[in-house]
Amino acid sequence: MKPLKQRWVGLAYVAPALLFVAAFVVYPLVRLVMMSTTNSSLLGGETFVGWNNYLKAFHDETFWQALVFTFKYTLYITPILMIGGFLLALLTAGPTSLARLTRAVVFLPVVIGLGSSSFLWVGLLDEQVGLVGRLLHDLGIVAHPPVWFVDAQRGLWAVILSVVWKVIGFGTILFVAGIQRIGEDIREAALIDGAGYWQRVRYITLPLMVRTLLLTTLISVVGSLLAFDQFYIMTAGGPRSETFTSVYWIYQNSFIYFKQGYGAALSVVLLAIVLVISIGQILATRRVPES
Amino acid sequence: MSAVIAAPAPGRSTELTSSRTRIGFAVTCLAVIAVMLFPLVVTFLSSVKTPAEASAVPPLYLPSALSLENYAKVFRYQAGLETYLFNSLVVAFLTIALCLLLAVPAGYALARLRVPARETVFLVLLSGMMVPYQALLTPLYLMFSSIGLANTHLGLAIVHTVLQLPFSVYVMRNSFEAVPRELEEAAVLDGCSSLQILWRILLPLSRPALVTVVLFAFVMSWNEFIAALIFMGKETRFTVPIMLVGVRQGHFGAVDWGALQAGIVISILPCLAIYLLLHKHYVAGFLSGAVK
Repeated sequence: MKPLKQRWVGLAYVAPALLFVAAFVVYPLVRLVMMSTTNSSLLGGETFVGWNNYLKAFHDETFWQALVFTFKYTLYITPILMIGGFLLALLTAGPTSLARLTRAVVFLPVVIGLGSSSFLWVGLLDEQVGLVGRLLHDLGIVAHPPVWFVDAQRGLWAVILSVVWKVIGFGTILFVAGIQRIGEDIREAALIDGAGYWQRVRYITLPLMVRTLLLTTLISVVGSLLAFDQFYIMTAGGPRSETFTSVYWIYQNSFIYFKQGYGAALSVVLLAIVLVISIGQILATRRVPES
Repeated sequence: MSAVIAAPAPGRSTELTSSRTRIGFAVTCLAVIAVMLFPLVVTFLSSVKTPAEASAVPPLYLPSALSLENYAKVFRYQAGLETYLFNSLVVAFLTIALCLLLAVPAGYALARLRVPARETVFLVLLSGMMVPYQALLTPLYLMFSSIGLANTHLGLAIVHTVLQLPFSVYVMRNSFEAVPRELEEAAVLDGCSSLQILWRILLPLSRPALVTVVLFAFVMSWNEFIAALIFMGKETRFTVPIMLVGVRQGHFGAVDWGALQAGIVISILPCLAIYLLLHKHYVAGFLSGAVK
């Protein structure tokens, strides 16, 4: 057992991973914070400007608009994903083969890339060649195929539709696992007490799943706050810059306008927001006793 | 608490005994399946329409004739589809290799060896999960530009490894910890080194975990969009999702819908194949990573 007890052996095994994290996570993070105090640009030049970038961000209307828009997107999509995911989990948690098949189909788009699925919906929702418009028209729901991307509000809903389709299975699978953990015996006991289906959901399933619900909400909220692909592909930030998300506006500044220093300051602000929300959510989860 | 999962007794629950609820359940399930599959089926059908039909206004639900012309167009697109497939595959394989090379030894040390400040080290390795990688892209880009990693497969694979390393370390550590210690004790008495124990005893028993690490690294890397968009600036370095940006823009602003649909199908196919072939494994890995 002697060689295993030596500390350096263990350290040697974790060293490559630690060095990797130091070089490609910690160092870039430090560099990001330092860059945020300069007017660094891909075109050259890097002078210290102190808090100027942060002051500029404070007065940057598009940044505020992007931030508000990102929160709006998060606020709209999270309840849809949570409630929809939970209802689908209730529907498909059972042991029948139809339930299992439905579950597998609901989860299927989760393995597809968000980029690919966004392109797929661009085609589906196109007012000329898209089949969603044709279908809505043929079903008599609309007189003319709707034009989705001329207006920020409609564009937002189009993106939400596509993302819900792609990621709703994520929550569903986690909730199904949670429901199945509760076990048949507890549900059967409630059945004997004469509790109806929705009563059992309300008083047994939901309370026992609070931790899973909070965790899934956290993952979904953070993911939505960092949205980029779907808006880059589907709305391109338009019309009139109304559908820029925070990450998209950072990308725009850093890689289209070459204002790296300013982009870095915006990144630091976003990082702080995500961190505060994550910590808040984790603290909330801690308060819930483990079931 | 260990909830005993009783063998489900079909038909015991009241809501399933009434045939009306059973029909309602079946109809709802079928409707959900139809809604979820509609986008995929329709996109696939559009991809095998003739180019003219794929751009028809109003669109047709079904192709009137099968045609592979759209696929042929994607194969001939700019640098040729093989270039983009090659880029995507090389980046994915480098990501898999980096994840394994870093996460297997680290998971082993954290599970079995003495590591100073073990849990702190573990948290540091997981820290990539707390820091959104989108915020790191600018400093990484500048760093890669100065050391010649911009526009390279390795550079993008490093970014993808930043994303995937926490999950990989977590999965490997858990898997090694689940191996009974008695199996190693005999080997230690025989004078095996720590490396031999890892290679001969632990790794063969951790095959499911290895498959999980490989699978998730592949799917993530194949699908990842924003880093590929920023780091692979040259046309010949585009990965498949970035190729789609170009295919959509088409020539002179007119979208070539048929080619776009064919490109989407090609980009989706590997992930779909993995899911269909390794469905149980994929879902199990997914749950093990997300529940913590």
